[in-house]
Amino acid sequence: MHKLLTEHPGLEMLLLGNEAIARGAVEAGVAVATTYPGTPSSEISTNFFQISRESNLYFEYSTNEKVALEVAAATANCGVRSMCVMKHVGMNVAADVFMTLAYIGVKGGLIIVTADDPYMFSSQNEQDNRYYGKFSGLPVVEPSSVQEAKDMVAYAFDISEKLQQPVIFRTTTRINHSTAPVVFGKIKAAETSGDISKDPFNQVPVPAVARILHARLLSKLETAENMSENSEYNFIMGNGAWGIICNGVSYNYVSDAAKDLNIEHRVKIFRIGFSHPMPRSTIKGFLKECEKVLVVEEGEPFMEETVKMLAQEEKLTLPILGKSQKYFSRLYEFDPALVRQSMATCFDVAYTPAKVPDLSDIPEIPERPPNLCAGCSHRATFYAVKKASEGMDTICPTDIGCYTLGFLPPLAMGDFLICMGASAGVSCGFSIKTNKKVISFIGDSTFFHSGIPGLINAVYNNHNFTMVILDNGTTAMTGHQPNPGVDMKKLDIDGYGIVSIEEIVRAVGVSHVTVIRPYRVKKSIHAVKEALNFKGVSVVISKEMCTLYARGLKKARGKPFFVSDKCKGHKDCINELACPAFFIEDNRVNIDPVMCSGCSVCAQICPEHAILPIKDT
Amino acid sequence: MNTMNTTRLIIVAVGGQGNLLASRVIGEAALLSDIDVRMSEIHGMAQRGGVVESSIVFGDAQSTVISDGESDVLLGFEPSETLRALNKCNLNTVVITNLAKLPSFTVTTGKSVYPDLDVLQELIRKKTAKLIAFDAASMAIKAGNVLSVNMVLLGALIQTHTVPLSAENVKEAIIKRTRKAFVESNLKAFELGFSAAQGLG
Repeated sequence: MHKLLTEHPGLEMLLLGNEAIARGAVEAGVAVATTYPGTPSSEISTNFFQISRESNLYFEYSTNEKVALEVAAATANCGVRSMCVMKHVGMNVAADVFMTLAYIGVKGGLIIVTADDPYMFSSQNEQDNRYYGKFSGLPVVEPSSVQEAKDMVAYAFDISEKLQQPVIFRTTTRINHSTAPVVFGKIKAAETSGDISKDPFNQVPVPAVARILHARLLSKLETAENMSENSEYNFIMGNGAWGIICNGVSYNYVSDAAKDLNIEHRVKIFRIGFSHPMPRSTIKGFLKECEKVLVVEEGEPFMEETVKMLAQEEKLTLPILGKSQKYFSRLYEFDPALVRQSMATCFDVAYTPAKVPDLSDIPEIPERPPNLCAGCSHRATFYAVKKASEGMDTICPTDIGCYTLGFLPPLAMGDFLICMGASAGVSCGFSIKTNKKVISFIGDSTFFHSGIPGLINAVYNNHNFTMVILDNGTTAMTGHQPNPGVDMKKLDIDGYGIVSIEEIVRAVGVSHVTVIRPYRVKKSIHAVKEALNFKGVSVVISKEMCTLYARGLKKARGKPFFVSDKCKGHKDCINELACPAFFIEDNRVNIDPVMCSGCSVCAQICPEHAILPIKDT
Repeated sequence: MNTMNTTRLIIVAVGGQGNLLASRVIGEAALLSDIDVRMSEIHGMAQRGGVVESSIVFGDAQSTVISDGESDVLLGFEPSETLRALNKCNLNTVVITNLAKLPSFTVTTGKSVYPDLDVLQELIRKKTAKLIAFDAASMAIKAGNVLSVNMVLLGALIQTHTVPLSAENVKEAIIKRTRKAFVESNLKAFELGFSAAQGLG
């Protein structure tokens, strides 16, 4: 049995934050879960996927976050508890849904989990999604610990059902990827049967209806604010006159710092766990009891601005300090020492920071940049495109996935990146304004996610570029989740359809379509050249399974290669491919046979044909 | 700045060295010992050769993150990564490191130079309270599983008494948390690391 299905209230288990959220959903009787995978949220869904195979939970990997939320919006309107999980930027994709879903509301509870990523450990921006609560008028709750990550799920479902509104459950990486003992609660049996009752004058927001629904949304917000005022997750600790208002992981740093600085008796800490709507009257009362207030929150001054506004309403003139006075930055994540230092400065407390050793005499330590795996099919594709476009003036928009790493030298394939699927749209734009040859890169999962509309646009508006689809048969970057192009039968899972990328591309009207096997180097270069020379929209589909995934599935691999005595030390293999299986020893190029996947690409480009497969002994 | 009853441990490793499993075993052992524990990990691109860092905080604290200069113990699975994490240490930090190198791709292809191991140890010794350094990879091989470097280093860590865990509880956690086929070699690796640390430092 899946460990998160354990019936044993009171049991203490070591859980990752993401596992705790999944357990919280199980305890709350979640019936439907949907997602598009994205770090740092991915493990929530990995667990749902496994749980759904041994319980009555319905789970799906949807094609993108917008679709995932549409699915969950409908099931929640059928009255069953539903959860939709995504990373922070996924909310931008789903925004069109929840901005209006906020007008329509839900019948069964609906939680939208957004995993924000301060410091951008694995993201392209560090947007603060609390603003989406304010923007849409939906409640936002945010845990400070792994235990709360579990407990607040049932709470959020309750709020959602009382208000008949979706609730945004906001985490940050340091919640998702923290681990701590979690005390289990009771599992509520999931109510899985539901149905939609027709109610078009509440569910079809044409202007006349929407005007009424917007007013209803505002009145629900007032109710939500009352809930926030009384929420057990908005609590005040201590009686001192130095006020601190904090949320999320900042609360942990504040609590520890108050102890470390020995000012627990001087401070009063207001932990905000229900952060939209803010509990305005409680905050006003709190401000009146303080001489000075420090607001501690990662990201944007979301609470700070509200707190200052509330002080103005009450004509309070106490100092309210935070980001605007540079006590904290809007950049990156916090850490305990940073918060301790700011608290010491703000409240004028003696504090000697830990002495970091003088590192000026440390020799340069070689960097360990992430690299495409040994035998990665993307490397082979990039090499083919690079060779095929030699002598051309090119611009290469790229997209989100492992292949983004292709922008690093020596491949250097990737010049422009915005967000999921954008490679297709920006290629249209570049082809209008530049004489450079536009070559875009997009992965299979990203193509399904949001690459298709850009490609349709290209055909319709008659743009001129080559799209290279790197089809490695999985959503590799986030941990090998399936996507619509994956044959689930090969994973011994029934009940799924399969969508062919090639058929989509042809159906859209692309007239030059080629499928290549990137490990066949010469053929691939030739096919890419033809595509590049085509005037109009051409598509190259490069098909080869992710080597890491293949290894995990124990698929047969080629024999590893070695460098024979014929090697004359050109080092083309290292300088042009940079496969991590290579190493130099005693000035001689070698291949690590454990890392080598036997893709044979290096053997095909060696000018001396010196790289050969290891023979069976 | 550490409070009396808090211990902060940083583990650094290269993706694939089993840092996260070692952290899980430590967490499980703390749970068995009824000691408060919180951990946090950063492993963005670990599978693609990047660095994996875990912070583990024992005792009376709520943070799961460890600031620069504030770790009590640094456990390094790879010598150059141990050196890179020196910013987390102070003059009272105990450092335990594997000496078996895993040179990065830039080194193996001659594009950068790996630091000299003697110089590296000298530097760490000078800037911290104590260094325990040995080749954990050869011990893992001796234990019968080349991948048990993590368990060797765990053994060394427990021997130093720098974290509030007993060898018994850690061994129980190894039995509970690691794959059945590897339990025997993992326990052997743990013992080898434990003995190795006895004569060092």
